[in-house]
Amino acid sequence: MTSTAIRPAATASPVDTPILEAHNLTVAYREKPVLWHVDFAIRGPSLVGIIGPNGAGKSTLLKAVLGLLPVGSGHAEFFGQPLRKVRNRIGYVPQRESVDWDFPIQVLDVVLMGTYGRLGWIRRPGSAERELARNCLAKMGLEGLEHRQIGQLSGGQQQRVFLARALAQRADLYFMDEPMAGVDAATEQAIFRILAELRDQGKTVVVVHHDLRSVPERFDQLLLINQRLVAHGPTNKVFTAEILRKTYGGRLAILDELAVAVKTGQPST
Amino acid sequence: MIQELLRYNTLIILAGTSLLGLVSGLVGTLAVLRRRALAGDALAHATLPGLCIAFLVVGHRHLPSLLLGAACTGLFGLACVSILCRSSRIKDDAALALVLGVFFGAGIVLSRWIQNRATEGSKAGLDSFLLGKTSGMILADVELIAAVSAFVLIVIVALFKEFQVTLFDTAFARATGWPTGTMDLLLMLLIGLVVVAGLPSVGVVLITSLLVIPAAAARFWTDRFETMALISSILGMIACVSGVVISTLIEDLPTGALMTLCATGLFVVSALFSPRGVIARRYRSSRGEGNETNSAPFHIAELPEGA
Repeated sequence: MTSTAIRPAATASPVDTPILEAHNLTVAYREKPVLWHVDFAIRGPSLVGIIGPNGAGKSTLLKAVLGLLPVGSGHAEFFGQPLRKVRNRIGYVPQRESVDWDFPIQVLDVVLMGTYGRLGWIRRPGSAERELARNCLAKMGLEGLEHRQIGQLSGGQQQRVFLARALAQRADLYFMDEPMAGVDAATEQAIFRILAELRDQGKTVVVVHHDLRSVPERFDQLLLINQRLVAHGPTNKVFTAEILRKTYGGRLAILDELAVAVKTGQPST
Repeated sequence: MIQELLRYNTLIILAGTSLLGLVSGLVGTLAVLRRRALAGDALAHATLPGLCIAFLVVGHRHLPSLLLGAACTGLFGLACVSILCRSSRIKDDAALALVLGVFFGAGIVLSRWIQNRATEGSKAGLDSFLLGKTSGMILADVELIAAVSAFVLIVIVALFKEFQVTLFDTAFARATGWPTGTMDLLLMLLIGLVVVAGLPSVGVVLITSLLVIPAAAARFWTDRFETMALISSILGMIACVSGVVISTLIEDLPTGALMTLCATGLFVVSALFSPRGVIARRYRSSRGEGNETNSAPFHIAELPEGA
Protein backbone atom coordinates (compact mmCIF):
# COMPACT_ATOMS: atom_id res chain seq x y z
CA MET A 1 0.00 0.00 0.00
CA THR A 2 1.31 3.46 -0.80
CA SER A 3 0.28 6.81 0.53
CA THR A 4 -1.44 7.55 -2.74
CA ALA A 5 -3.88 4.74 -2.08
CA ILE A 6 -4.72 6.25 1.28
CA ARG A 7 -5.06 9.84 0.19
CA PRO A 8 -6.98 10.53 -2.97
CA ALA A 9 -5.79 14.13 -2.75
CA ALA A 10 -2.24 12.99 -3.46
CA THR A 11 -2.96 10.99 -6.59
CA ALA A 12 -1.20 13.62 -8.68
CA SER A 13 2.16 12.32 -7.52
CA PRO A 14 3.32 9.15 -9.22
CA VAL A 15 3.30 5.96 -7.21
CA ASP A 16 7.07 5.66 -7.02
CA THR A 17 7.61 9.17 -5.67
CA PRO A 18 9.69 8.77 -2.52
CA ILE A 19 7.91 9.62 0.70
CA LEU A 20 11.07 11.21 1.99
CA GLU A 21 14.11 12.10 -0.01
CA ALA A 22 17.31 13.78 1.15
CA HIS A 23 19.61 15.21 -1.51
CA ASN A 24 23.21 15.64 -0.53
CA LEU A 25 22.34 17.09 2.87
CA THR A 26 25.19 18.75 4.77
CA VAL A 27 24.74 20.37 8.17
CA ALA A 28 27.30 22.37 10.11
CA TYR A 29 27.36 23.80 13.63
CA ARG A 30 29.61 26.86 13.81
CA GLU A 31 31.33 25.93 10.55
CA LYS A 32 32.11 22.42 11.83
CA PRO A 33 30.23 19.89 9.74
CA VAL A 34 28.22 17.34 11.70
CA LEU A 35 26.53 15.67 8.76
CA TRP A 36 28.13 15.15 5.40
CA HIS A 37 26.44 14.57 2.07
CA VAL A 38 23.55 12.49 3.32
CA ASP A 39 21.60 11.14 0.41
CA PHE A 40 18.72 8.71 0.59
CA ALA A 41 15.16 8.04 -0.53
CA ILE A 42 12.47 6.22 1.41
CA ARG A 43 9.72 4.65 -0.62
CA GLY A 44 6.59 2.93 0.49
CA PRO A 45 5.02 2.84 3.92
CA SER A 46 7.58 1.68 6.38
CA LEU A 47 8.97 1.83 9.87
CA VAL A 48 12.39 3.39 9.56
CA GLY A 49 15.03 3.44 12.28
CA ILE A 50 17.84 5.99 12.39
CA ILE A 51 20.69 4.50 14.39
CA GLY A 52 24.26 5.41 15.12
CA PRO A 53 26.56 6.27 18.04
CA ASN A 54 26.16 9.33 20.27
CA GLY A 55 26.99 12.50 18.42
CA ALA A 56 26.60 10.79 15.06
CA GLY A 57 24.04 13.37 14.00
CA LYS A 58 20.82 11.34 14.25
CA SER A 59 18.74 14.11 15.79
CA THR A 60 20.54 16.62 13.62
CA LEU A 61 19.41 14.75 10.53
CA LEU A 62 15.80 14.81 11.71
CA LYS A 63 15.93 18.50 12.57
CA ALA A 64 17.68 19.41 9.34
CA VAL A 65 15.11 17.58 7.28
CA LEU A 66 12.30 19.35 9.15
CA GLY A 67 13.87 22.76 8.68
CA LEU A 68 14.60 23.23 12.40
CA LEU A 69 18.31 23.68 11.73
CA PRO A 70 19.98 25.68 9.02
CA VAL A 71 21.18 23.36 6.29
CA GLY A 72 24.60 23.99 4.77
CA SER A 73 23.81 22.48 1.45
CA GLY A 74 21.41 20.03 -0.13
CA HIS A 75 17.70 19.75 0.58
CA ALA A 76 14.92 17.36 1.51
CA GLU A 77 11.66 16.57 -0.24
CA PHE A 78 8.49 15.02 1.07
CA PHE A 79 6.08 13.23 -1.27
CA GLY A 80 8.06 14.90 -4.04
CA GLN A 81 7.36 18.36 -2.68
CA PRO A 82 9.13 20.94 -0.53
CA LEU A 83 8.37 20.97 3.18
CA ARG A 84 6.23 24.11 3.26
CA LYS A 85 3.66 22.58 0.92
CA VAL A 86 3.16 19.41 2.91
CA ARG A 87 3.61 20.49 6.56
CA ASN A 88 0.18 19.22 7.50
CA ARG A 89 1.05 15.74 6.32
CA ILE A 90 4.06 15.53 8.62
CA GLY A 91 3.95 14.68 12.31
CA TYR A 92 6.71 15.33 14.79
CA VAL A 93 7.66 14.06 18.23
CA PRO A 94 10.52 16.18 19.61
CA GLN A 95 12.90 15.02 22.31
CA ARG A 96 11.39 15.14 25.75
CA GLU A 97 14.06 17.55 27.01
CA SER A 98 13.01 20.16 24.50
CA VAL A 99 10.11 21.54 26.57
CA ASP A 100 9.55 23.09 29.98
CA TRP A 101 7.46 20.57 31.90
CA ASP A 102 6.48 23.18 34.49
CA PHE A 103 4.55 25.03 31.82
CA PRO A 104 0.95 25.65 32.90
CA ILE A 105 -0.74 23.33 30.50
CA GLN A 106 -2.85 20.22 30.85
CA VAL A 107 -2.49 16.95 29.01
CA LEU A 108 -5.49 17.43 26.74
CA ASP A 109 -4.30 20.91 25.71
CA VAL A 110 -0.94 19.47 24.66
CA VAL A 111 -2.61 16.82 22.52
CA LEU A 112 -4.87 19.48 21.00
CA MET A 113 -1.74 21.17 19.64
CA GLY A 114 -1.62 18.35 17.14
CA THR A 115 -4.72 19.80 15.51
CA TYR A 116 -3.39 23.37 15.30
CA GLY A 117 -1.64 22.85 11.97
CA ARG A 118 -4.83 21.95 10.16
CA LEU A 119 -6.83 24.63 11.97
CA GLY A 120 -4.56 27.36 10.66
CA TRP A 121 -4.33 30.90 12.03
CA ILE A 122 -6.70 32.22 14.69
CA ARG A 123 -9.28 29.38 14.58
CA ARG A 124 -9.54 27.59 17.92
CA PRO A 125 -9.99 23.86 18.39
CA GLY A 126 -13.67 22.92 18.79
CA SER A 127 -15.53 19.85 19.93
CA ALA A 128 -14.41 17.77 16.93
CA GLU A 129 -10.78 18.45 17.81
CA ARG A 130 -11.40 17.67 21.48
CA GLU A 131 -13.00 14.38 20.50
CA LEU A 132 -10.00 13.52 18.32
CA ALA A 133 -7.57 14.46 21.07
CA ARG A 134 -9.44 12.27 23.60
CA ASN A 135 -9.32 9.35 21.17
CA CYS A 136 -5.59 9.77 20.67
CA LEU A 137 -5.04 9.87 24.43
CA ALA A 138 -7.12 6.72 24.82
CA LYS A 139 -5.07 5.07 22.15
CA MET A 140 -1.93 5.80 24.15
CA GLY A 141 -3.54 4.45 27.31
CA LEU A 142 -3.80 7.84 29.00
CA GLU A 143 -7.53 8.04 29.69
CA GLY A 144 -8.38 9.92 32.83
CA LEU A 145 -5.26 12.08 32.72
CA GLU A 146 -6.74 14.76 30.43
CA HIS A 147 -6.74 17.44 33.07
CA ARG A 148 -3.43 16.72 34.71
CA GLN A 149 -0.75 19.34 34.52
CA ILE A 150 1.79 17.91 32.13
CA GLY A 151 4.67 17.98 34.65
CA GLN A 152 2.82 15.65 37.01
CA LEU A 153 3.11 12.71 34.65
CA SER A 154 5.94 10.22 34.67
CA GLY A 155 8.56 10.34 31.93
CA GLY A 156 6.97 7.49 30.02
CA GLN A 157 3.55 9.10 30.23
CA GLN A 158 4.93 12.41 29.01
CA GLN A 159 6.45 10.60 26.07
CA ARG A 160 3.07 9.03 25.31
CA VAL A 161 1.39 12.44 25.48
CA PHE A 162 3.80 13.59 22.77
CA LEU A 163 2.91 10.53 20.73
CA ALA A 164 -0.80 11.18 21.23
CA ARG A 165 -0.24 14.72 20.00
CA ALA A 166 1.51 13.34 16.92
CA LEU A 167 -1.41 10.98 16.30
CA ALA A 168 -3.75 13.98 16.52
CA GLN A 169 -1.77 15.51 13.65
CA ARG A 170 -3.18 12.73 11.44
CA ALA A 171 -0.03 12.84 9.36
CA ASP A 172 1.21 10.53 6.62
CA LEU A 173 4.84 10.78 7.65
CA TYR A 174 6.04 10.88 11.24
CA PHE A 175 9.39 11.90 12.65
CA MET A 176 10.14 10.83 16.20
CA ASP A 177 13.24 11.90 18.09
CA GLU A 178 14.05 9.18 20.63
CA PRO A 179 10.46 8.45 21.60
CA MET A 180 11.59 5.50 23.71
CA ALA A 181 13.88 7.54 25.98
CA GLY A 182 12.86 7.07 29.61
CA VAL A 183 10.15 4.57 28.72
CA ASP A 184 9.84 1.18 30.40
CA ALA A 185 9.95 -2.06 28.43
CA ALA A 186 6.21 -2.72 28.46
CA THR A 187 5.42 0.79 27.26
CA GLU A 188 8.08 0.57 24.59
CA GLN A 189 6.49 -2.58 23.27
CA ALA A 190 3.06 -0.96 23.26
CA ILE A 191 4.40 2.13 21.48
CA PHE A 192 6.08 0.01 18.83
CA ARG A 193 2.80 -1.80 18.30
CA ILE A 194 1.10 1.52 17.58
CA LEU A 195 3.90 2.55 15.22
CA ALA A 196 3.55 -0.74 13.36
CA GLU A 197 -0.16 -0.13 13.14
CA LEU A 198 0.47 3.29 11.60
CA ARG A 199 2.75 1.61 9.06
CA ASP A 200 0.02 -0.91 8.26
CA GLN A 201 -2.33 2.00 7.62
CA GLY A 202 0.07 3.16 4.91
CA LYS A 203 2.02 5.71 6.91
CA THR A 204 5.74 6.05 7.28
CA VAL A 205 7.38 6.47 10.65
CA VAL A 206 11.00 7.59 11.01
CA VAL A 207 12.37 6.97 14.49
CA VAL A 208 15.69 8.01 16.02
CA HIS A 209 16.46 5.01 18.16
CA HIS A 210 19.07 4.26 20.76
CA ASP A 211 18.64 0.71 21.91
CA LEU A 212 20.30 -1.49 19.30
CA ARG A 213 19.05 -4.71 20.83
CA SER A 214 15.46 -4.03 19.85
CA VAL A 215 16.35 -2.96 16.32
CA PRO A 216 16.08 -6.18 14.27
CA GLU A 217 12.53 -7.05 15.19
CA ARG A 218 11.17 -3.50 15.16
CA PHE A 219 12.23 -1.72 12.00
CA ASP A 220 11.59 -2.45 8.33
CA GLN A 221 14.51 -0.37 7.17
CA LEU A 222 17.43 1.40 8.74
CA LEU A 223 19.52 4.49 8.19
CA LEU A 224 22.89 3.90 9.83
CA ILE A 225 24.61 7.17 10.49
CA ASN A 226 27.94 8.35 11.73
CA GLN A 227 28.32 11.88 10.41
CA ARG A 228 27.85 10.29 7.01
CA LEU A 229 25.25 7.85 5.86
CA VAL A 230 27.00 4.54 6.42
CA ALA A 231 24.22 2.36 5.07
CA HIS A 232 20.56 2.45 4.17
CA GLY A 233 18.38 -0.52 3.37
CA PRO A 234 16.06 -3.22 4.66
CA THR A 235 16.95 -4.18 8.22
CA ASN A 236 17.88 -7.77 7.35
CA LYS A 237 20.36 -6.50 4.74
CA VAL A 238 22.08 -3.71 6.64
CA PHE A 239 21.91 -4.81 10.26
CA THR A 240 25.08 -6.84 9.95
CA ALA A 241 28.14 -7.04 12.14
CA GLU A 242 30.29 -5.48 9.45
CA ILE A 243 28.11 -2.45 8.83
CA LEU A 244 27.60 -1.95 12.54
CA ARG A 245 31.36 -2.00 13.05
CA LYS A 246 31.68 0.63 10.35
CA THR A 247 29.01 2.73 12.03
CA TYR A 248 30.10 2.40 15.61
CA GLY A 249 33.85 2.20 15.09
CA GLY A 250 35.82 0.39 17.74
CA ARG A 251 33.29 0.21 20.53
CA LEU A 252 33.78 -3.44 21.14
CA ALA A 253 31.54 -3.86 24.14
CA ILE A 254 28.55 -2.80 22.14
CA LEU A 255 29.62 -4.89 19.21
CA ASP A 256 29.92 -8.04 21.29
CA GLU A 257 26.41 -7.54 22.51
CA LEU A 258 25.33 -6.94 18.97
CA ALA A 259 26.99 -10.02 17.64
CA VAL A 260 24.59 -11.98 19.78
CA ALA A 261 21.64 -9.93 18.65
CA VAL A 262 22.55 -10.21 15.00
CA LYS A 263 23.15 -13.91 15.17
CA THR A 264 19.88 -14.71 16.86
CA GLY A 265 17.86 -11.92 15.32
CA GLN A 266 16.40 -11.45 18.78
CA PRO A 267 16.87 -8.84 21.45
CA SER A 268 19.52 -10.13 23.82
CA THR A 269 17.53 -9.33 26.92
CA MET B 1 -12.20 60.35 51.50
CA ILE B 2 -14.73 58.62 49.26
CA GLN B 3 -15.41 61.94 47.58
CA GLU B 4 -11.74 62.30 46.92
CA LEU B 5 -11.80 58.95 45.09
CA LEU B 6 -14.89 59.82 43.06
CA ARG B 7 -13.56 63.05 41.66
CA TYR B 8 -13.46 63.18 37.89
CA ASN B 9 -9.67 63.25 37.80
CA THR B 10 -9.38 60.24 40.03
CA LEU B 11 -11.87 58.30 37.96
CA ILE B 12 -9.86 59.05 34.83
CA ILE B 13 -6.73 57.88 36.55
CA LEU B 14 -8.41 54.72 37.82
CA ALA B 15 -9.70 53.90 34.34
CA GLY B 16 -6.25 54.34 32.82
CA THR B 17 -4.35 52.41 35.42
CA SER B 18 -6.79 49.51 35.64
CA LEU B 19 -6.48 49.04 31.88
CA LEU B 20 -2.73 49.22 32.24
CA GLY B 21 -2.76 46.62 35.02
CA LEU B 22 -4.93 44.35 32.93
CA VAL B 23 -2.67 44.31 29.88
CA SER B 24 0.54 44.20 31.87
CA GLY B 25 -0.75 41.12 33.69
CA LEU B 26 -1.74 39.58 30.37
CA VAL B 27 1.48 40.32 28.50
CA GLY B 28 3.43 39.51 31.65
CA THR B 29 2.11 35.96 31.56
CA LEU B 30 3.56 35.45 28.10
CA ALA B 31 6.77 37.28 29.02
CA VAL B 32 7.35 35.17 32.10
CA LEU B 33 6.61 31.89 30.35
CA ARG B 34 8.90 32.89 27.51
CA ARG B 35 11.56 33.96 30.04
CA ARG B 36 11.61 37.48 28.72
CA ALA B 37 11.31 39.24 32.09
CA LEU B 38 14.89 40.51 32.03
CA ALA B 39 14.56 41.57 28.42
CA GLY B 40 11.51 43.58 29.48
CA ASP B 41 13.53 45.19 32.23
CA ALA B 42 16.36 46.11 29.88
CA LEU B 43 13.82 47.51 27.43
CA ALA B 44 12.18 49.59 30.15
CA HIS B 45 15.48 51.10 31.31
CA ALA B 46 16.54 51.74 27.73
CA THR B 47 13.48 53.94 27.20
CA LEU B 48 14.81 56.74 29.40
CA PRO B 49 17.29 58.28 26.91
CA GLY B 50 14.53 58.17 24.28
CA LEU B 51 12.19 60.14 26.53
CA CYS B 52 14.88 62.75 27.05
CA ILE B 53 15.85 63.02 23.40
CA ALA B 54 12.21 63.34 22.39
CA PHE B 55 11.81 66.11 24.98
CA LEU B 56 14.81 67.93 23.55
CA VAL B 57 13.43 67.64 20.03
CA VAL B 58 9.85 68.61 20.79
CA GLY B 59 10.77 71.17 23.42
CA HIS B 60 7.91 70.51 25.83
CA ARG B 61 6.20 67.64 27.63
CA HIS B 62 4.12 66.26 24.77
CA LEU B 63 3.40 62.76 25.98
CA PRO B 64 2.86 60.88 22.69
CA SER B 65 6.16 62.19 21.32
CA LEU B 66 7.98 61.32 24.52
CA LEU B 67 6.61 57.79 24.45
CA LEU B 68 7.49 57.40 20.79
CA GLY B 69 11.06 58.38 21.62
CA ALA B 70 10.99 55.96 24.55
CA ALA B 71 9.81 53.11 22.33
CA CYS B 72 12.57 53.85 19.82
CA THR B 73 15.49 53.65 22.24
CA GLY B 74 13.85 50.78 24.14
CA LEU B 75 13.66 48.61 21.06
CA PHE B 76 17.07 49.84 19.94
CA GLY B 77 18.43 48.65 23.28
CA LEU B 78 17.02 45.19 22.66
CA ALA B 79 18.47 45.17 19.18
CA CYS B 80 21.85 45.93 20.78
CA VAL B 81 21.41 42.96 23.12
CA SER B 82 20.67 40.72 20.18
CA ILE B 83 23.68 42.01 18.22
CA LEU B 84 25.98 41.62 21.25
CA CYS B 85 24.88 38.03 21.77
CA ARG B 86 25.34 37.09 18.14
CA SER B 87 28.60 38.81 17.36
CA SER B 88 30.55 38.28 20.56
CA ARG B 89 31.04 35.73 23.27
CA ILE B 90 28.95 37.75 25.70
CA LYS B 91 26.01 35.71 27.01
CA ASP B 92 22.51 37.11 27.06
CA ASP B 93 22.33 37.93 30.77
CA ALA B 94 25.54 39.96 30.62
CA ALA B 95 24.41 41.63 27.40
CA LEU B 96 21.08 42.58 29.01
CA ALA B 97 22.78 43.98 32.09
CA LEU B 98 25.23 45.89 29.93
CA VAL B 99 22.56 47.47 27.76
CA LEU B 100 20.39 48.23 30.77
CA GLY B 101 23.23 50.00 32.53
CA VAL B 102 24.53 51.97 29.58
CA PHE B 103 21.13 53.16 28.38
CA PHE B 104 19.80 53.94 31.83
CA GLY B 105 22.97 55.79 32.73
CA ALA B 106 22.76 57.84 29.57
CA GLY B 107 19.11 58.54 30.32
CA ILE B 108 19.83 59.74 33.85
CA VAL B 109 22.61 62.05 32.64
CA LEU B 110 20.43 63.46 29.89
CA SER B 111 17.43 64.04 32.13
CA ARG B 112 19.56 65.78 34.77
CA TRP B 113 21.10 67.95 32.12
CA ILE B 114 17.67 68.91 30.80
CA GLN B 115 16.47 69.57 34.33
CA ASN B 116 19.42 71.83 35.14
CA ARG B 117 19.11 73.74 31.91
CA ALA B 118 15.40 74.26 32.04
CA THR B 119 13.99 77.63 32.96
CA GLU B 120 11.61 77.74 35.86
CA GLY B 121 8.38 77.56 33.84
CA SER B 122 9.22 74.62 31.61
CA LYS B 123 10.60 72.09 34.08
CA ALA B 124 10.43 68.93 32.13
CA GLY B 125 9.28 66.76 34.99
CA LEU B 126 11.17 63.91 33.43
CA ASP B 127 12.00 62.67 36.91
CA SER B 128 8.43 61.52 37.27
CA PHE B 129 9.10 58.91 34.60
CA LEU B 130 11.53 57.19 36.91
CA LEU B 131 9.09 56.11 39.58
CA GLY B 132 5.78 56.98 38.02
CA LYS B 133 3.21 59.60 38.79
CA THR B 134 -0.47 59.37 38.02
CA SER B 135 -1.73 62.62 39.47
CA GLY B 136 -1.15 64.50 36.26
CA MET B 137 -2.94 61.99 34.09
CA ILE B 138 -5.48 63.49 31.69
CA LEU B 139 -8.10 62.01 29.41
CA ALA B 140 -5.72 62.02 26.43
CA ASP B 141 -3.28 59.83 28.38
CA VAL B 142 -6.04 57.37 29.21
CA GLU B 143 -7.04 57.27 25.57
CA LEU B 144 -3.48 56.42 24.66
CA ILE B 145 -3.39 53.62 27.20
CA ALA B 146 -6.79 52.40 26.00
CA ALA B 147 -5.60 52.26 22.40
CA VAL B 148 -2.49 50.31 23.35
CA SER B 149 -4.52 47.99 25.56
CA ALA B 150 -7.07 47.33 22.86
CA PHE B 151 -4.33 46.45 20.39
CA VAL B 152 -2.50 44.17 22.82
CA LEU B 153 -5.72 42.49 23.88
CA ILE B 154 -6.87 41.84 20.32
CA VAL B 155 -3.51 40.42 19.26
CA ILE B 156 -3.22 38.09 22.23
CA VAL B 157 -6.81 36.88 22.12
CA ALA B 158 -6.65 36.28 18.37
CA LEU B 159 -3.29 34.52 18.44
CA PHE B 160 -3.68 32.78 21.77
CA LYS B 161 -3.30 29.29 20.39
CA GLU B 162 -0.28 30.32 18.32
CA PHE B 163 1.37 31.87 21.37
CA GLN B 164 0.59 28.81 23.43
CA VAL B 165 2.23 26.34 21.07
CA THR B 166 5.25 28.59 20.48
CA LEU B 167 5.82 29.16 24.19
CA PHE B 168 5.37 25.56 25.24
CA ASP B 169 7.18 23.69 22.51
CA THR B 170 9.15 25.79 20.06
CA ALA B 171 10.55 22.81 18.15
CA PHE B 172 7.11 21.34 17.58
CA ALA B 173 5.70 24.74 16.68
CA ARG B 174 8.39 25.27 14.07
CA ALA B 175 8.05 21.76 12.70
CA THR B 176 4.32 22.31 12.24
CA GLY B 177 4.88 25.54 10.38
CA TRP B 178 4.33 28.32 12.89
CA PRO B 179 6.77 31.22 12.43
CA THR B 180 8.25 31.09 15.93
CA GLY B 181 10.79 33.84 15.26
CA THR B 182 8.06 36.23 14.19
CA MET B 183 5.94 35.25 17.19
CA ASP B 184 8.91 36.08 19.44
CA LEU B 185 9.34 39.47 17.81
CA LEU B 186 5.62 40.11 18.15
CA LEU B 187 5.78 39.23 21.84
CA MET B 188 8.72 41.60 22.33
CA LEU B 189 6.73 44.31 20.56
CA LEU B 190 3.75 43.73 22.86
CA ILE B 191 6.04 43.90 25.90
CA GLY B 192 7.51 47.12 24.52
CA LEU B 193 4.05 48.64 24.03
CA VAL B 194 2.94 47.83 27.56
CA VAL B 195 6.20 49.08 29.05
CA VAL B 196 5.93 52.37 27.16
CA ALA B 197 2.26 52.81 27.99
CA GLY B 198 3.07 52.22 31.63
CA LEU B 199 6.03 54.61 31.83
CA PRO B 200 4.12 57.73 32.93
CA SER B 201 2.23 56.03 35.75
CA VAL B 202 4.55 53.24 36.88
CA GLY B 203 7.94 54.49 35.77
CA VAL B 204 11.04 53.12 34.13
CA VAL B 205 12.44 51.41 37.20
CA LEU B 206 9.46 49.35 38.27
CA ILE B 207 7.34 48.72 35.18
CA THR B 208 8.85 45.26 34.74
CA SER B 209 7.69 44.15 38.16
CA LEU B 210 4.16 44.90 37.04
CA LEU B 211 4.74 42.46 34.20
CA VAL B 212 6.36 39.78 36.30
CA ILE B 213 4.71 39.76 39.72
CA PRO B 214 1.03 39.29 38.75
CA ALA B 215 2.03 36.48 36.38
CA ALA B 216 4.14 34.78 39.02
CA ALA B 217 1.28 35.07 41.53
CA ALA B 218 -1.25 33.74 39.02
CA ARG B 219 0.80 30.60 38.46
CA PHE B 220 -0.07 29.51 42.01
CA TRP B 221 -3.78 29.38 41.23
CA THR B 222 -3.92 27.33 38.05
CA ASP B 223 -2.35 24.75 35.76
CA ARG B 224 -3.78 26.23 32.60
CA PHE B 225 -2.32 28.90 30.39
CA GLU B 226 -5.68 30.58 29.66
CA THR B 227 -6.63 30.71 33.32
CA MET B 228 -3.19 31.95 34.29
CA ALA B 229 -3.43 34.79 31.76
CA LEU B 230 -6.90 35.70 33.06
CA ILE B 231 -5.94 35.61 36.74
CA SER B 232 -2.72 37.51 36.06
CA SER B 233 -4.70 40.24 34.28
CA ILE B 234 -7.10 40.54 37.19
CA LEU B 235 -4.29 40.63 39.75
CA GLY B 236 -2.47 43.26 37.68
CA MET B 237 -5.63 45.35 37.64
CA ILE B 238 -6.14 45.02 41.39
CA ALA B 239 -2.51 45.94 42.05
CA CYS B 240 -2.66 49.06 39.87
CA VAL B 241 -5.97 50.26 41.23
CA SER B 242 -4.93 49.76 44.84
CA GLY B 243 -1.66 51.53 44.15
CA VAL B 244 -3.53 54.52 42.78
CA VAL B 245 -6.05 54.55 45.61
CA ILE B 246 -3.33 54.51 48.25
CA SER B 247 -1.35 57.22 46.52
CA THR B 248 -4.49 59.34 46.22
CA LEU B 249 -5.22 59.01 49.90
CA ILE B 250 -1.66 59.52 51.07
CA GLU B 251 -0.17 62.47 49.28
CA ASP B 252 2.91 62.27 47.15
CA LEU B 253 3.91 58.64 47.35
CA PRO B 254 5.14 57.38 43.95
CA THR B 255 2.38 55.29 42.38
CA GLY B 256 4.72 52.92 40.58
CA ALA B 257 6.28 51.81 43.84
CA LEU B 258 2.88 51.45 45.51
CA MET B 259 1.56 49.35 42.62
CA THR B 260 4.58 47.10 42.85
CA LEU B 261 4.12 46.69 46.58
CA CYS B 262 0.42 45.88 46.12
CA ALA B 263 1.32 43.31 43.46
CA THR B 264 3.87 41.83 45.84
CA GLY B 265 1.19 41.62 48.51
CA LEU B 266 -1.00 39.66 46.09
CA PHE B 267 1.96 37.42 45.31
CA VAL B 268 2.56 36.66 48.98
CA VAL B 269 -1.11 35.88 49.52
CA SER B 270 -1.07 33.58 46.48
CA ALA B 271 2.12 31.86 47.53
CA LEU B 272 0.70 31.19 50.99
CA PHE B 273 -2.99 30.57 50.57
CA SER B 274 -3.59 29.27 47.05
CA PRO B 275 -4.30 25.57 46.41
CA ARG B 276 -0.70 25.21 45.23
CA GLY B 277 0.65 27.45 47.94
CA VAL B 278 2.83 26.69 50.92
CA ILE B 279 0.05 26.18 53.47
CA ALA B 280 -2.03 23.86 51.30
CA ARG B 281 1.04 21.76 50.63
CA ARG B 282 1.95 21.58 54.30
CA TYR B 283 -1.61 20.63 55.14
CA ARG B 284 -1.69 17.88 52.53
CA SER B 285 1.65 16.43 53.52
CA SER B 286 0.76 16.55 57.24
CA ARG B 287 -2.33 14.50 56.45
CA GLY B 288 -0.05 12.01 54.78
CA GLU B 289 -1.37 12.66 51.34
CA GLY B 290 2.01 13.70 50.04
CA ASN B 291 2.31 16.40 47.46
CA GLU B 292 0.31 16.26 44.29
CA THR B 293 2.97 14.55 42.30
CA ASN B 294 3.12 11.62 44.64
CA SER B 295 -0.51 11.34 45.53
CA ALA B 296 -1.70 11.30 41.95
CA PRO B 297 -3.26 8.06 40.81
CA PHE B 298 -0.45 7.31 38.44
CA HIS B 299 -0.84 3.65 37.96
CA ILE B 300 -1.91 3.52 34.39
CA ALA B 301 -3.43 0.41 33.01
CA GLU B 302 -1.20 -1.42 30.61
CA LEU B 303 -1.70 -0.19 27.11
CA PRO B 304 -4.60 -2.04 25.59
CA GLU B 305 -3.50 -4.95 23.51
CA GLY B 306 -3.37 -3.94 19.86
CA ALA B 307 -4.46 -0.42 20.70
